[in-house]
Amino acid sequence: MSDEIQGRPLSTRAAIAAQGALLLLSAAFLVPLLWLITSSLKTDKQILRFPPEWIPNPLTFRNYPEGLAFIPFWQYLLNTTVLCVLSVAGTLLSCSLVAYGLSRIRWRGRDVLFYVILGTMMLPFQVTMVPIFVMFAKLGCVDTFLPLIVPHFFGSAFYIFLMRQFFLSVPYELSEAARIDGCSEWDIYRRVILPLSKPVLATVGLFSFLATWNDYLGPLIYLADEHKYTLSLGLASFSSQYGSYPGMLMAVTTVITVPIIVLFFFAQRTFIQGITLTGIKG
Amino acid sequence: MSGAKQTTLERPRMPLGLLFCLPVILGLCLFTLYPVVASFYYSFTRYSVMKPPVLVGTANYSHLMRDDLFWKSLANTAYFAALAIPLGTIVALGLALLLNLKVRGQALYRTFFFVPSIVPLVASSVLWIWLFNPQNGAINALLRPLFARLHLGQPPGWFADPAWAKPAIILWSIWGVGGTMMIFLAGLQDVPEELHEAAEMDGATTMYRFRHVTLPFLSPQILFVLIMGLIGAFQFFTPAYVMTRGTGGPVDSTLFYSLYLFNTAFADFKMGYACALAWILFLLIVGLTILLFKSSARYVYYAGGEGG
Repeated sequence: MSDEIQGRPLSTRAAIAAQGALLLLSAAFLVPLLWLITSSLKTDKQILRFPPEWIPNPLTFRNYPEGLAFIPFWQYLLNTTVLCVLSVAGTLLSCSLVAYGLSRIRWRGRDVLFYVILGTMMLPFQVTMVPIFVMFAKLGCVDTFLPLIVPHFFGSAFYIFLMRQFFLSVPYELSEAARIDGCSEWDIYRRVILPLSKPVLATVGLFSFLATWNDYLGPLIYLADEHKYTLSLGLASFSSQYGSYPGMLMAVTTVITVPIIVLFFFAQRTFIQGITLTGIKG
Repeated sequence: MSGAKQTTLERPRMPLGLLFCLPVILGLCLFTLYPVVASFYYSFTRYSVMKPPVLVGTANYSHLMRDDLFWKSLANTAYFAALAIPLGTIVALGLALLLNLKVRGQALYRTFFFVPSIVPLVASSVLWIWLFNPQNGAINALLRPLFARLHLGQPPGWFADPAWAKPAIILWSIWGVGGTMMIFLAGLQDVPEELHEAAEMDGATTMYRFRHVTLPFLSPQILFVLIMGLIGAFQFFTPAYVMTRGTGGPVDSTLFYSLYLFNTAFADFKMGYACALAWILFLLIVGLTILLFKSSARYVYYAGGEGG
């Protein structure tokens, strides 16, 4: 999305009105985040004060070290990171292979398979949730990371779709030239197509990372041992068990939110492309 | 694998294609085909995982009809969908229109509206529990003087009051419309400027141009957003679970369909009944999506020329 604004210039009065509306609405959207940060800088007494104070006085930074020590935060972070890295790796590997097979190789049945894959997107997660749980339970995998990682290595319909669309736009002459030079199909995938597909790999990687970082339902179903919790699961359990420590709670919430916002500032283009392409909501 | 020289061009391609697609073929069997069949079978059984499933015929489905919580969760979901989807769409469209105006600072405003939508779901749920806190929350701190001025008494109790818990969740959902807003903004930038100019030349008012130029161009995006919203409403889970500690309270006022389904499966371990709920969910989503598609044929305009 370009930064230059299209459209006709506004009259001065209309421009002022627009600025006013934009400022007011910005305030409305930002107040919750400001509240989050200021609350994390208050003592519990200040948070529970009535009426609430908007700017904490004095500022307290204690909530951060204390909150991160109160719950096994670093353990949660490690667990989440492990899950994110493996899920992203599995998704990128499996989806790119499949997308390659669906776009760069001509074979009978290819389009049928593609439509079957698209069709599975209509199926709500809830329909398959119970049998997949039963399957992992019978394999003795409940309360391990396996049910949260393994499925990512088997492709995911929407990401396959995105990658296939991208691969289709790569000129076929490149593949032909590589073939004449004696490259195998694997070489073409690895050395021609993948290096040209960084934008779509970045989009899929980012969104599968976010999905894992944010996932709550999966860990809630499969993880029981508190030391295996992810950040999302750990934060929710902290919130429901220790509602009486709001300062620490807000500090931990801030710590979990900030990396995502920082990531957004570094990868704005990928974020926005991904959103407009997919309609995935945060 | 680079041993396969020069012959790749002439070789039968099918084994190779299948090889590349192997992950998804296995995935479809393991994580779609088998679970779909099993889920359908379970929905006709009584099953608690500990003991093997017992066939009970259509008992689960007939029990649904008499299950007050099922109807309650369906009503809650309908209430949520009926308010959150239109409101969210209108707010997102309004913001996108504002962001499309030619004034300074748009990149910054765009960021401000968008950032809330990327806050991790659990984090934003935990935050909003506190924002909605009736005594110490920011929202009532802002509302209290207003309510006093208008002699309305105390501001709402939000999650402490069954009548206000759903509106609270709807308000929360409006905060996250940034993604939808981006979809509309991308759509707005595709509206040809010549059309607006031509309409203006013919003396069309701003409102008329919005109604007859902008809206038709955005109609595919609107349909997409409505359908995704509908599917999302029926699968709405995490915030409701986190904000109410899984209870769907107070007094089941936030017991949404997927929350009830989850609790049936993983709190009560009624797997057979949960599968029946899941199939009804599937039918509802498919039915409502078809309905939206059918009704859209009249008002969705595809610039490419197909359909419409």
